[in-house]
Amino acid sequence: MSAMAEILVPGQAGEGEALVLTAPISFWGGVDPKTGRIADVRHPQHGQNLAGRVLFLPGTIGSSSASAVLLELVHNCHAPAAIVLHEPDAILLLGLIVAREMGWETPMALRLGRDVFETYRGSTVTVAGDGALAIAD
Amino acid sequence: MSLALSPDEQAIASGKDGAAMAMRIVADSARLLGAPRLIPIASAHIDGALYHGDSGTLFAEKLVEGGARVCVRSTLNVGALDLMGCSRIRLEEPARGMARRMMEAYRKLGCEQSWTCAPYQAGHRPALGSDVAWGESNAVVFCNSVLGARTNRYGDFLDIACAISGRAPDYGLHRTENRRARLVFDVAGLSAPFLGSEIAWPVLGSLYGREVGNTVGVVIGVPSHPGEDALKAFGAAAASSGAVGLFHIAGVTPEAPDAEIILAGAAPETVIRVTPEMAARARAGLSTATRPKAIDAVAIGSPHLSLAEFDMLERLIGGRRLSVPVYACTGRHVLSSLEQTGRRKRLEASGVIIVADTCVVVTPIMPELEGGILMTNSGKFAHYAPGNTGYAVLYGSLTDCVESAVLGKPTFTDIAA
Repeated sequence: MSAMAEILVPGQAGEGEALVLTAPISFWGGVDPKTGRIADVRHPQHGQNLAGRVLFLPGTIGSSSASAVLLELVHNCHAPAAIVLHEPDAILLLGLIVAREMGWETPMALRLGRDVFETYRGSTVTVAGDGALAIAD
Repeated sequence: MSLALSPDEQAIASGKDGAAMAMRIVADSARLLGAPRLIPIASAHIDGALYHGDSGTLFAEKLVEGGARVCVRSTLNVGALDLMGCSRIRLEEPARGMARRMMEAYRKLGCEQSWTCAPYQAGHRPALGSDVAWGESNAVVFCNSVLGARTNRYGDFLDIACAISGRAPDYGLHRTENRRARLVFDVAGLSAPFLGSEIAWPVLGSLYGREVGNTVGVVIGVPSHPGEDALKAFGAAAASSGAVGLFHIAGVTPEAPDAEIILAGAAPETVIRVTPEMAARARAGLSTATRPKAIDAVAIGSPHLSLAEFDMLERLIGGRRLSVPVYACTGRHVLSSLEQTGRRKRLEASGVIIVADTCVVVTPIMPELEGGILMTNSGKFAHYAPGNTGYAVLYGSLTDCVESAVLGKPTFTDIAA
């Protein structure tokens, strides 16, 4: 499985195990900024960790502090390897825009149709600099 | 359509100082959103001064070092410390020092030391139809819906970047065509006693947020204006369970004199008829604790309590002594009047812990407690307390919260939906 995704925010190419969320999440209050662990007890993927993963996000909800949590994850090296979104989320991705202004290495944010998220579940995914998302052998 | 910056905006963005960084952040966001241009703003409310980790402090200090200053009125949302010294914050060094440095950096950028998530009750009320850049989800939804000023949900960093550049992306809720309702949320099927009760608003807000996501909707079937604190509770709950930035209530909020006008003559794409069962399920969903025998604390004031809400709290306590603490979160705009009238002392003598400038879900205040049970009347606290404090929550009206705090165990007066 390989797909070409639109680059929403440029960044480092990378690789990681896919983490496909089955429900939208609020980063603030829903993700521990120190570790990347999903802390929202009501979230179906509660207890999973998004650090180093290729994160497939069906959407975000809640607080407008999502960007701060993502910036902190970038700064303390617990960010996802890449973030794949169905549609641009300016609140969350601002965390990456600011990280770039700070001169920090940032993961890429990519746009891909929600319908293909499931095909990556359970696989290791490589993200190329041009936005190609492939399942690693 | 790609973003076109004016020559002035381009000149600022190509610089090396803090103003340049702010303009680039606004422009990058505008590109991401697909906005064709930037528009001037009249004010800002800044959510970025809450400590989540060192990165936010470093960002604010980089703006200060770059000589940046806000160019419009900018109030500050809560920080991680109680600078008024009402409550003890269990934030340890070095985080404590970094949180203080962050609050100081935002002061140096020229922001007002309001430190409240209810700036709209602390004298910051932008005019109907004006464009502003507000952060903090409850403040955003109140500003759009109740005041009729125009803002998107500005995240941390973009809020201060807009305040410094005096610009915001021309996008979303700044545009008239995106403010009309596409959905009807009909509450006429609920009982009059329930609609007249305090819990109706956080419960319905929570349901509304989950049902509508980010669609603009109009609530119909509300018999009379429920009061500003009820609208505050509705919006805060809706913005916690969904991505709500603007709601209308027919006959109540300023852009919706009636449902037809705000639907702009079109048929609604969706009609949600709220049944008593739906309201009962939404109410049950606000609790995560199942039939606890005792409670450890009560937390109220998300959004920050108004003076009217303190009046009600004091009346309900009626001079009795509480068995478990009631954490009452508010802003310094309310604290000063509580102090002038001697009410702060009376409340504290009963066992109320007043928390100013911050609140119990954004910074460690309540003791760490394995299996702790927190009771609240706030839809927003109910949503965030389990993840942020480790306490399980029990939802009830303010009356029930106070009675339970007096007894130390949960007690409920039932109001059928």
